[in-house]
Amino acid sequence: MGNLNTAARKGKIPHRMVKWLRSGKGQRFLVMISFMTAPLLLLFVFTYLPFFKMIEFSFYDMKYIGAREFVGLDNYKDVLTDKEVMNSLKLSLYYLIGSFVQLALALYFATMLSFKTKGGSFFKGTIFFPYLISGIAMGFMFKFFYTREFVFDTVLTWIGFNLESLPYWLRDKSVNNIALVATSIWKYMGQNMVLFIGAIMSVDRELYESASLDGANRWHQFRYIILPSIKTIVVLNMILSITGSLSAFEPPFVITGGRRGTSTFFLLMHNMAHGHQKVGKASAMALILFTLIIFVTIAQKLIFKYAFSDNNADVSKKTARMLKKQRAKEAK
Amino acid sequence: MTIGQRILYILRTVIKYVSLLLVTIISLLPMVSTVITAFKTEVEYASTNVMTLPQSWTYLDNFITAWKDANMGLAFRNTLIIMIFVLFGSIMFGTMLAYILSRFDFRGNGLIRNLFLFATLIPGIATQVTVYQIMYSMKLINTLYGYIILMMGTDVISIYIFIQFFENIPKSLDESAIVDGSSYFGVFFKILFPLLKPAIITSMILKGVSTYNEYYMSNLYLQDKSKWVTVSTSLYTFTGPYGSQYNYICAGVLITMLPALIIFILCQKQIYSGLTQGAVKG
Repeated sequence: MGNLNTAARKGKIPHRMVKWLRSGKGQRFLVMISFMTAPLLLLFVFTYLPFFKMIEFSFYDMKYIGAREFVGLDNYKDVLTDKEVMNSLKLSLYYLIGSFVQLALALYFATMLSFKTKGGSFFKGTIFFPYLISGIAMGFMFKFFYTREFVFDTVLTWIGFNLESLPYWLRDKSVNNIALVATSIWKYMGQNMVLFIGAIMSVDRELYESASLDGANRWHQFRYIILPSIKTIVVLNMILSITGSLSAFEPPFVITGGRRGTSTFFLLMHNMAHGHQKVGKASAMALILFTLIIFVTIAQKLIFKYAFSDNNADVSKKTARMLKKQRAKEAK
Repeated sequence: MTIGQRILYILRTVIKYVSLLLVTIISLLPMVSTVITAFKTEVEYASTNVMTLPQSWTYLDNFITAWKDANMGLAFRNTLIIMIFVLFGSIMFGTMLAYILSRFDFRGNGLIRNLFLFATLIPGIATQVTVYQIMYSMKLINTLYGYIILMMGTDVISIYIFIQFFENIPKSLDESAIVDGSSYFGVFFKILFPLLKPAIITSMILKGVSTYNEYYMSNLYLQDKSKWVTVSTSLYTFTGPYGSQYNYICAGVLITMLPALIIFILCQKQIYSGLTQGAVKG
């Protein structure tokens, strides 16, 4: 405050303003400005400004440097009639199916590891750790893993497969996308599993005990106690995997570089922007993707509003009440 | 238990452990094969199958060569600098913003929250097309501070973790401090910030891991690899002349993975709970 006073005495700031700044309201204003400016500026410069520029760029034929030409909707027409783009959208189906497999596996192992298991934290740790490996390191690992006669082939021949009958995992167009999706499952399944374990653990332990006293078997426990209580997070992850598969990028980027029909929509866009420097067309692609994501998100909001209006806690409470009633009946 | 139930129980246990064992093997296999290959001499690598164990587990030449050729000393130094500033910056910005949003009622509060939420829908890598142009015009490409500034600003999940945490601290705590003559700054730095410690640790771990592993933007904005190589981009060295010299590549990969492994073993619990907290609202 000393600085303000001297500044005011020198006549730089009018007295009234100093008074206001020292008042409660002024203090509030000061703290709000000084705490929010930097984060909001960063948000604007690196998220919203690029976003609006992207909309602008999508109407131009341009490179990063040099003259540009207004082309109207040509970029969008180009993208939507491009065979490669259509093919890449088909690829996202592989990733979508992959992420459903991933969720199912995660749910299976999460349910298992939520109950007493010998070496449980070891299993949990090893399944989860791949999530912490950087994409680039993972890329090298799997290039090595899938190379002809290397890790995967060797292990398969141990189990009894004949090397001649095995395909080239990254070259053969009939299997290479599946091989890539598998690496994505390898990396992210553990993370999903940890989320599910967290949700299952938040269910009241007593529920399981009372349920097993009532003679409910494991399947019943899963169906009537675990599943309702984690329904929300499972459905949320299912919807997220739609946007996730539309924006699949890492596996082909680090492992195949998008060669031999493995280029996803995102990778195509990356190459368009940074390889061919077709900035306008890349922006149009980004916006088309963004529109799709918005649609999926709106759908998600609607689904949650109408189908999941009862929240987690209530569901498990309901189950608890039901079980209590049943028990009371049986006691009679 | 009847005999039928007993058989069912045993069967279920067998299925459980067999499937756990199987998934563990699949999880570990790529990493185990990387370890095996990293300890092989060049001759050994060329003449034996990749899954054959190395002759000596103390042969470290591959690690030394990888460390030198990929300039990993510099890479670790750069990554350390980046992490210190990015973590400090994003924690400060995140907690300060969360403080304002959770404690002050003002017009625009909801709007700002929604702006951050909406930002998560914009696909990050897609906007790099135009972010690149903005970075270029601000002369931030190939500067460490440019990359640091970029990395500080995009962390919605930790903002939400902080807001959640603030909502569990009673408001009367800061109100009484204000009545006692403390300023808002004093309340934030002296009273609330220390209380946030668990949330700060959670978000530091999450942000730390993602900053350490980030390779896409560092490759794009720190192009001069002789000066601004980071731990993850140092691995790009192995794409060119090394081609298929996997004994060196695997050693390099393992060096970059080691810090993540150590952090994971030390802070497993915090990582798990951090992820769970981040996912609830995010």
